[in-house]
Amino acid sequence: MPTKAMFLMIKQALQKPFTNPFPVKHAPVNVTALIEKVQKGEVQIYPPIPIPEEFRGKIHYDPERCIGCRFCITVCPANAMEWIPELRKIRHYVSRCMFCALCVDVCPGKKFPGEEKPVKALSISEDFLLADYDKYSDNLIEEPPEAKEKGL
Amino acid sequence: MAKTTYYVPIGPIHPALKEPIRVEAEVEGEKIVKVDVKRGFAHRGIEYMGMKRNAIQTLYLSERICGICSISHPYAFVIGSEKALGIEAPPRAQYIRPIIAELERIHSHILWIGVIAHEIGFDSLLFWTWKGREKVLDVLELITGNRINYAMYMIGGVRRDLKESHIKALRDMITYYWEFTEHMKEVFLSDPVYKARTRGVAQVPKDMALKLNLVGPTARAAGLRMDIRQDIPFDAYADMDVKAVVPQDIVGEVRGDAYDATMVRIYEIEQSLDIIEYCIDNLPEGRILAIPNYIALLNKIKKTAGEAIGAHEAPRGEVVHYLKYDGTRDGPSVWKVVAPSYNNINSWGYCLLGAEVADIPVVVAYIDPCLCCNDRVAVVRDSTGKMLDYSFIHKKAVEKTRALEKELGVRK
Ligand code: SF4
Ligand code: SF4
Repeated sequence: MPTKAMFLMIKQALQKPFTNPFPVKHAPVNVTALIEKVQKGEVQIYPPIPIPEEFRGKIHYDPERCIGCRFCITVCPANAMEWIPELRKIRHYVSRCMFCALCVDVCPGKKFPGEEKPVKALSISEDFLLADYDKYSDNLIEEPPEAKEKGL
Repeated sequence: MAKTTYYVPIGPIHPALKEPIRVEAEVEGEKIVKVDVKRGFAHRGIEYMGMKRNAIQTLYLSERICGICSISHPYAFVIGSEKALGIEAPPRAQYIRPIIAELERIHSHILWIGVIAHEIGFDSLLFWTWKGREKVLDVLELITGNRINYAMYMIGGVRRDLKESHIKALRDMITYYWEFTEHMKEVFLSDPVYKARTRGVAQVPKDMALKLNLVGPTARAAGLRMDIRQDIPFDAYADMDVKAVVPQDIVGEVRGDAYDATMVRIYEIEQSLDIIEYCIDNLPEGRILAIPNYIALLNKIKKTAGEAIGAHEAPRGEVVHYLKYDGTRDGPSVWKVVAPSYNNINSWGYCLLGAEVADIPVVVAYIDPCLCCNDRVAVVRDSTGKMLDYSFIHKKAVEKTRALEKELGVRK
């Protein structure tokens, strides 16, 4: 007996796939070779689906604007913020962060001369491709440049 | 006489289980003649962690108790905290909160309907239902900024406002789902194959459901009129007339089996659509946070003492949070969580006895178990049966971590 479900399934089989085949349609045999080809422009990848506005991606930290109030450390549920006492600034570990954006909410930021309103030191960026082999890689740590130079 | 029964242990780690639990069954042919369910493999000590952090951190920790109910736990937490601390959320926030909670119910119920299709071996239907679920996840992402773990609630309100574009997206979604639930009713409820696999399976009569302490859609499928939104209404739920969805109101009879549970869940999606529509139609203007400054909020919490219970009807049943603030810390001094799956797992033993082996997946899945929520205490015994105390286990754990760190050369 034909049922509604059968019709649905047959209809589905004829339609285009619903998902976005990001980055390529089939899993590549050799990932490194694929990345090289993409870099050379020989292969096109399907772009990721656009993200909505106010998407909570990687937290961006601008040390110039930081006044060292430590509010972000107080509220951060994941302890992803570390205090650097020598510089009175913070270091943000993206690998610990759970993207709640509470730190962005509390950050007071600093007003540079000539500006109307203070601008926050922390902001939500649109980055979400964060996979890495090393949780301490440069891509996953946001810190003042001096901290790195002085090895703090 | 030859042995006629066989012992079949499933779990705690098993390819068919998504989360750790152990079911031990004695089978005679296809029939299960003895069954035992053992739980307690997923204890994470999350309440203890919460009692050492401040209230805002703990609120976000509570969001991580469960991946699917990632609004229900914070909801119960903020309701309890607001009662304990004497903070009242502004009216606009009280209307935004149910919208998010109902969106979560829609996505959780559709997820469950897909899972039950998968458990009866109908995988194309699983993908069809989950395709329909994308719409609500997109709306949640648009409003809250993420598909899961919404980070939306705050003690005394919500963190993000609803914009015109969000309301438009919500209205589109409501139209979409009225159509989608109609399809689901035909595909699931009128389908002879689905009926054959779920009618009479996992059947719990009303008195047994009461005895087993079932909650949520599982209890409602057995005909019990219970729903936190109806019994202890809070926020905007108090302004509207939420009624528990029970099979006797839909088709006139109750059987309390997996088929009825499906029906209750599909009709609850429609109820959620009505609630969302009511909330956006009557959305009051005004502020969204009672105390917009989180640091001021923490200071207030530090000075206030009080205790309260917060309850919310999660997609799987009632979640209850008990909170006590003692006025010396900026976080709860006692935090206790009761999750619905703990009660619902009680039904497994009853339903599996006398059932067939092929019914195990349906019985297990029909309550929509979430095991990471329900383990609240873990007891470790040594080989002689003596209970090991906390400090000893902690010492051993630290030793082991240090040894592993050395072995693997972990950077500090
Ligand atoms: S987004 Fe949340 S978890 Fe991440 S650093 Fe900010 S407060 Fe911490
Ligand atoms: S990042 Fe913002 S919140 Fe954190 S210390 Fe700097 S100014 Fe304060």
